This record gives sequence, structure tokens and C-alpha cells, in this order.
Amino acid sequence: MTSSGVRRGALGNWRFWLAHNSGVLTAAVLFLAMFTLYISNHSAGLTPAVATTAANKAVLLALVAMAQTLPVLTRGLDLSVGMVFVMANCIASVIVVGTVGEGMLGILAVLAIGALAGFINGAIVVWGRLQPIITTLATGAVYYGISLFVRPGPGGDVQSDIADLLTGQVFDVIPAALVVLLVVVLVVWIPYRRSVLGRAAYAVGSNEQAAYMSGVPVQRAKLLAYTLAGLLASIAGLMLTFNTYSGEASAPIAGSYTLNSIAAVVIGGTSLFGGWGSAIGSIFGAFVLRTIEDLLFVFDLPPLWQPLFQGVVLLIAVSLGAYRILRVRNRLELFS
Amino acid sequence: MTGVDIGSARAPTLAERLGIDRSVAIAFGCILLILAGGAMYSREFLSPEYLLQQLQVGAFLGIIASGAMMVILLGHIDLSIPWVVTLGAMMATAMVGWGGAAGVWLCIPFGVFCGAVIGVLNGLGVAYLRLPSMIFTLGMNAVVQGLMVLHTGGFAPLDQATEAMHFIAVQRSLFGIPNALFVWALVGCFVIYVLKRTAFGRAVYAVGNRESAAYLSGVNTNRVLIGCFAFSGAMAAFAGVLLAGYSNKAYQNMGDAYLLPAIAAVVLGGTNILGGRGNYLGTIAGVILITLLQSILSVMQMPEAGRQVIYGCVIIGMLLIYGRSAKARS
Repeated sequence: MTSSGVRRGALGNWRFWLAHNSGVLTAAVLFLAMFTLYISNHSAGLTPAVATTAANKAVLLALVAMAQTLPVLTRGLDLSVGMVFVMANCIASVIVVGTVGEGMLGILAVLAIGALAGFINGAIVVWGRLQPIITTLATGAVYYGISLFVRPGPGGDVQSDIADLLTGQVFDVIPAALVVLLVVVLVVWIPYRRSVLGRAAYAVGSNEQAAYMSGVPVQRAKLLAYTLAGLLASIAGLMLTFNTYSGEASAPIAGSYTLNSIAAVVIGGTSLFGGWGSAIGSIFGAFVLRTIEDLLFVFDLPPLWQPLFQGVVLLIAVSLGAYRILRVRNRLELFS
Repeated sequence: MTGVDIGSARAPTLAERLGIDRSVAIAFGCILLILAGGAMYSREFLSPEYLLQQLQVGAFLGIIASGAMMVILLGHIDLSIPWVVTLGAMMATAMVGWGGAAGVWLCIPFGVFCGAVIGVLNGLGVAYLRLPSMIFTLGMNAVVQGLMVLHTGGFAPLDQATEAMHFIAVQRSLFGIPNALFVWALVGCFVIYVLKRTAFGRAVYAVGNRESAAYLSGVNTNRVLIGCFAFSGAMAAFAGVLLAGYSNKAYQNMGDAYLLPAIAAVVLGGTNILGGRGNYLGTIAGVILITLLQSILSVMQMPEAGRQVIYGCVIIGMLLIYGRSAKARS
């Protein structure tokens, strides 16, 4: 919608574009400021190695946050993204092994399983007519059970050629993980955003009944949103496997990624009430969250204070959304 | 349904009076089914001793679910439960050290009080900042976690539970019935009284159905929001105090295992996760159901992987039977 508006050439539209993307831009500016602060205080400065380490960590959360964005846009929620992420990690540590060719086949299989997990979520939400929160809470338990079944204890292996390629540097400069993220944005997010079902997702999130009455394919839009969420979470799971060379069915990891993904979505300017926002914002939201952790590290905060500081920053960051109460003209607008 | 149609002309039937609707009946049916299934595996499952033991364990979940239910009835959710449980346990055990002789008496109220304070903060954020409860309580959970890590110095604290905490959590004083069960019953009666007999309870259902309508009818909706979140925090902390008494100490992450079962128990009991509909009898059924399910799967020595899968499938399966939202479109 916005980009086509700009393309139409009306110069006055930049104001509209700015207003429409203010959430994304705020998150991007916040990230750039924090990252600059981080780099200027880092003993090594901005070397490819420093950037790669930061990127490898941040891209994992960015992908999970992108996954979370899609159901949120339809006014849903996916509390199982962290579990799908961990399940993909566990399965990848078993089947993405052997030669490069076998590894590629394994990757395809993991992606298919991730998409299937997302599709099951969507099917239960759409055809089962259950609430997304409780559905994904329950399927999350199932996916965690499968992870435990595949990998009862931490371990496993991964095809090292692919892993090194995707976690190293391109041309010895650019972190490969960032390239992976860019490819995902170009191949998954942009086409989705421009497709009929992508637009339908926004319409469903804004007002499901109005969307239905206007002939928007509500059911297919929701199904696709949840399926793509599963797919994106499994891409993140694969990247985790490439980073750690192993799989672990860890409930704390899954839980923290699910919760941080919601926070990243909010910081990225996407409304939890649906119909407003973008996955690009969530990427910057995820980067912001990860840079907070790095900042605590370079500023040498006493380790005991770190969790509290992180929590307070998280709470303040999500509270920024409260600025909208300053703009309401009628108290009834508050009860959305 | 049962919660809101107070204006119906005909006299309510007995089932309606007791709050037994279809979902509650099915939930109790499932409990019997699970017990029957367990009995086929071993006679032990029907022994009073085993059942009392389960009710005692379920009491902790039941107290947490009571608070969670009040918040869910509003159409909100409290994700700060895990660390508020830990907060309650740690503050109560720490109070013994801080307060000396008086601390032994004050420890339980102090633990509950700390939980209520966090709950009030949650309520303030949701009511006045108008932030989605899901994200605000999540942030609060992280803050409380930070506070507790700071409090314990990052180690497992050596704080011991007091005699009183041990007494109400573990011991049995009357007819061999666990004291924890009496505590749950008290909390349950309080919730039923508030929901059925007070204006506040009616306001809870009203806000859950449509907050703007409740506001226009003169309900102080912010007070209702803060009250329910405070209750949820207090109950989570109270359960934490009892859990500290049960295991004789407070430790980090002790609340992690209670968030999902509490929400699942409330929802399995027929409470609408979007708010405005549900009754306490259903929550009781949900708590017993979850507790029995967990217990029987572990007695059958089902590995953790299978337990998680069955747990998830049962929740989905039961909700598909009675928890589906209306197909209404236009």
C-alpha cells in the first residue's frame, strides 16, 4: 500500500509514508543509536568478527519475531513459535548431516516440518475455531514433546560446510546471517506483503467481520499467516543449529524466544490488536532487544544487576506504546 | 452464559443455580474418564489416600488458577505468574530473617502483600497506560525476575520455610484432610462470593463482555481491572508461600511450572479466554483434571516427551468438544 503510494510519484505522500512507518523507523533509529553506542564502547570496534557474532545472535530472534508478526497482524498470536524453533533445532541436529546434498535435503525436510507445525496451528484456529492463545499454548506443548522425543539430551551434529557458510562472512566482510535474513525478507516477507492473502491478513486484523463481508478470503489468510510463522520459526531453528552445531530440547530457551518475540513485535511498531505493522519493524525490534544485552556486557554492569536492568528496559520499551492515550479525544476510544 | 443472564424471566434451574453448564459437565465427565482409565492400570488410583494426595497438590494450582481466572474473566491475561510465585516464596522466607520474632508471624502476609503490590502495578499499567496485559505483565515478570536474582545474589537461597508455612502446606489436621485443601476451599468460597454476590463481581463480567459499555453504565472499570490483577498477584504469591512450605524452601524458577497449567485449567473449565463468561466450578474441574492428568501420566512412567504430547492433545481435544467459538459471521 505505502510503497505503491510513493511510486505513484505524489511528493506529498512522503508525509503519509512517514506516519505509516513511524513504528519501524523509531525501532530502526533506536537500534542504530544503541548499536553505535555499543560499537564505540567495544574494545575491538566494528570488525567483521564483532559484527558476525552480533548478527548470528540477533538474526535468530529477528526470524522468530518475524514469525510472530504474521499471526499478530491477523489479530492472533502464536505462543508456539519458540517451541517450533526448538523443535526445528532438535530435528535439524539429527537429519541435517552427511554430505552437502544430504544436508540440503535435511534442511528442506526441517522447513517442511516447521511449515506443517504452523499449518496445524492455523487449521485448529480456523477450522477448530479455538482461540489462538490457548491453541498455540497446547500445540506448543506437543511440539516440545516431539523435540524431547527426537533429542532427549543435548547433542547431535550438523553438516559443517553449510553451517560454516551460513554463520561466517560473505567476502570476509558481511555477516552471512544478515544475508540469510535479507533473503528471507525478499523471498518470504515482501512477496507475502504484496500478495492478495497478505493484504487480506491486514484486513482480517483490522476488522474480521468487515473483511468477511467484503469477500476477503479470511480463512485462507489466517491459515497462510500461521503456516508461514511455522516456516520462519523453523528457519530460525536451523540457524540456531548452524550456530551451536547441536540440538537441545530446552523449554527455557523456547519460552524466552516466544516472549522476546512478542516484545520485539511490539517494539517494532506492530499493534497487538492486529492490522497494523510489519515484519521489518519486528526485525529492528529484535535487534534492539539483543543490543540491550550487548550494551550491558560492554558497560560492565555487575552481572547480578543485569536481569533487573534488562527487565526494566523491556518494561519501559513496551510501555512506549502508551503514548496513544495522549492522543485520544474521547475516552471511549481507549476501550479498544 | 451463566454469569451474565441475570435478567432472564424464568426461574433458574438447579443446574444453572450451581453454574453447571455443558462445559463444566464435560470437564467433570473427563475427570471420571481419566480416573476410570487410571483404575484399569492400577487399583491404587481410586484409593482415598491417592485422591487426597492429588487434591493437596492440586490446591496450589487451584489457588493460582483462582487469581488467573479473575483476570481472564476480564478478557486479560496475567503472564507474570511464574516469578510472582517465586517472589511470594522468597519474600516470605526472607521476612523471617528480617523481622526476627515478629517476622515469623508476618512472613505469610508479607509474601502475599508483595504479590499484591506487583498485581496492583500490573493493573495500573493495564488500566491507566492502556497497554495490552499480555505484554505489560510479561515485562513485569522480567522485572520481578531481576529483583529476585538481585535478592538471592544469583544463588539458590538457603531461606527455610517456617513452621506455619509447613503446617498449612503439608500437614493434615482435620479427618486427615490436607490443610492446603482447606486453604483452597477458603479462596474458592471467597471467589464465588465475590463473583456471584457482590457488585464488584458483576462488574468483572460486565468489563469482560464490553468494557466501554460497563464504563458508560457507571462502572469504575479501572478499579475493577486493578482489583482483579491485585488478586491474581496476591494468589500467585500465596501459592508461592505454600509451595515454599511444601518443599521447605524457596528456590528460583519454582513458579515456571505453573503458568500454563493455570491458564489451561481455567480455560478447560469453560471460562472464555476473551472474557465475560465462566464460573468457578469449571475452574475447580479444570484444576482437578490437569492435576490428575499430570499425575497419572507420571505414575504410568510415561517419558516426559509423551507426557507433553498427550497433555497438549488432551487440551486441544477437549476444547474442540466444547470450547469452540460461535460460527457467527455477520
